[in-house]
Amino acid sequence: MKKETVRRRTGLWESLTLAPYSIWALLFIVVPLLFVAYYAFTDNDFRFTFENVSRFFTATSNVSGEDGAVREVRTYLLIFARSLKLAVLSTLICLLMGYPAAYIIARSSARTQKVLITLIMIPMWMNFLIRTYAWMTILQDTGIINGILGLLHLGQIHVIGTEAAVVIGMVYDYFPYMILPIYSVMAKLDIKLLEAARDLGCGSLSVLRRVIFPLSLPGVVSGIIMVLIPSISTFYISQKLGNGKFYLIGDAIESQYAANNLHFAAAMAFILMVVLLVCMAFMQRFANRRAAV
Amino acid sequence: MKPAAKVYTALIMLFLFAPIAILLVFSFNEAKSLSVFSGFSLYWYKELLRDYETLNSVRNTLLLAFSAAVISTVMGTAAAVGIDKLRSRALRAAMDTVTNIPMINPDIITGISLMLMFVFVGRLFGAATSLSFWTMLISHVTFCLPYVILQVLPKLRQMDRSLPEAAMDLGCTPLRAFFKVEVPEILPGIVTGLIMAFTLSLDDFVISYFTAGNGFQTLPIRIYNMTKKTVTPKMYALATIIFFVILALLLISNLSDKDAEPGSAV
Repeated sequence: MKKETVRRRTGLWESLTLAPYSIWALLFIVVPLLFVAYYAFTDNDFRFTFENVSRFFTATSNVSGEDGAVREVRTYLLIFARSLKLAVLSTLICLLMGYPAAYIIARSSARTQKVLITLIMIPMWMNFLIRTYAWMTILQDTGIINGILGLLHLGQIHVIGTEAAVVIGMVYDYFPYMILPIYSVMAKLDIKLLEAARDLGCGSLSVLRRVIFPLSLPGVVSGIIMVLIPSISTFYISQKLGNGKFYLIGDAIESQYAANNLHFAAAMAFILMVVLLVCMAFMQRFANRRAAV
Repeated sequence: MKPAAKVYTALIMLFLFAPIAILLVFSFNEAKSLSVFSGFSLYWYKELLRDYETLNSVRNTLLLAFSAAVISTVMGTAAAVGIDKLRSRALRAAMDTVTNIPMINPDIITGISLMLMFVFVGRLFGAATSLSFWTMLISHVTFCLPYVILQVLPKLRQMDRSLPEAAMDLGCTPLRAFFKVEVPEILPGIVTGLIMAFTLSLDDFVISYFTAGNGFQTLPIRIYNMTKKTVTPKMYALATIIFFVILALLLISNLSDKDAEPGSAV
């Protein structure tokens, strides 16, 4: 009898605690995503159309190449391919830089770990507009780097307004998102496993390759996802560091929004979302398979 | 650490902090130049304090971040308690998936999706502009909620289940058992969630950009508008102040969580 009341009471309590969030999540997480699809497949009078989506794949424009010849290109496919290329490149650089750093931090003393992780988190919490802007002043033709080079009579370099500048911005802005998940997996690694591998005759390198790396893969996968997603969808970095010359998919969405072309902006957001979902499903599967081996 | 590891760590830190150090140094520059330091001066800080629009945006940002953090912490903690007690696996998986959406989706898609809904609903009611403080608050609560839930849920799992049951057997109502027994146990998670929600809201630009009305400008949007034109070191003065505020917040939150395991702070 008593147990019965407790259970009924907890049942009521459970639904009371969960109700506000469930309603909120439905209204402000699920429904807005349906609106993206709705706008993507309708015209200004909300009649069904494929035009927004097909415009993404077929719209063309003329660009002049380096040799001065004018070529016709698929505007948005080119922008999307460029976003993908720069984002993948930035993610790779973050991984190559971040993996050793995460490894070093995880192997240091508990106190050092805490200090280093806090240091890595500080730039992460600075606004990304400011971080990006800082690089603009560094890379400018009249900026710090050229100032130092000039003082040393080493000539001048031109970085701002190139794809390299955009990649530097992305790497700087999202680097902490790569280190942190890899570090958090490595910090929890069972030290006995490493000792066992060494006892069984593994050298340092093969402990790293055969034990540490496979076990750290979940961290690597979430690091890749956490860097790839913001860098593929960013819309500020390329405007500032690429001098607006390297439109990315985020810039394209933002400029359509600014021009009040909400349906086309929604279509691009929809396509971006679908592509990212497919990528992530693929990556998760890869990680699971590797973890199972 | 081996010497090579030390050098590598130092290089990484140099990469992370050189740009910030440059901002800090040049915020004290006497001249307007961003590459030549001509003399120490607090001129740009004085300019900043005279910039009414920026000061107003700071006030707006704090108001928004505080409201969003409190609402998402209360709702998120309640949600975590509910999710933790769910027995149906399917329901639980559905909750997890929905909670993950705002964290996995790019900010630009979260922003666009909320904006489209607000514009659509606003049009239904015939409003000229539907974007306001309230649409921004809704958006901020929405993207903060998952982070709060993910901070509180593990603390609930670590908690001894028999504690609230014992309290109820001894005559506590579930509500009383929750506040007297569960809340003190999960408090570190709630506090971390609150701080995270506050900082995320403070820092957000992309989602705010799409859901902000014309009348309500937050600091990141103000910075965006400032960097559209040529920037004076006034912006650097602002960045320097933000840097020290963040440093203080991080130190406080790290010190308050003294006995955390390595790796759990992330």
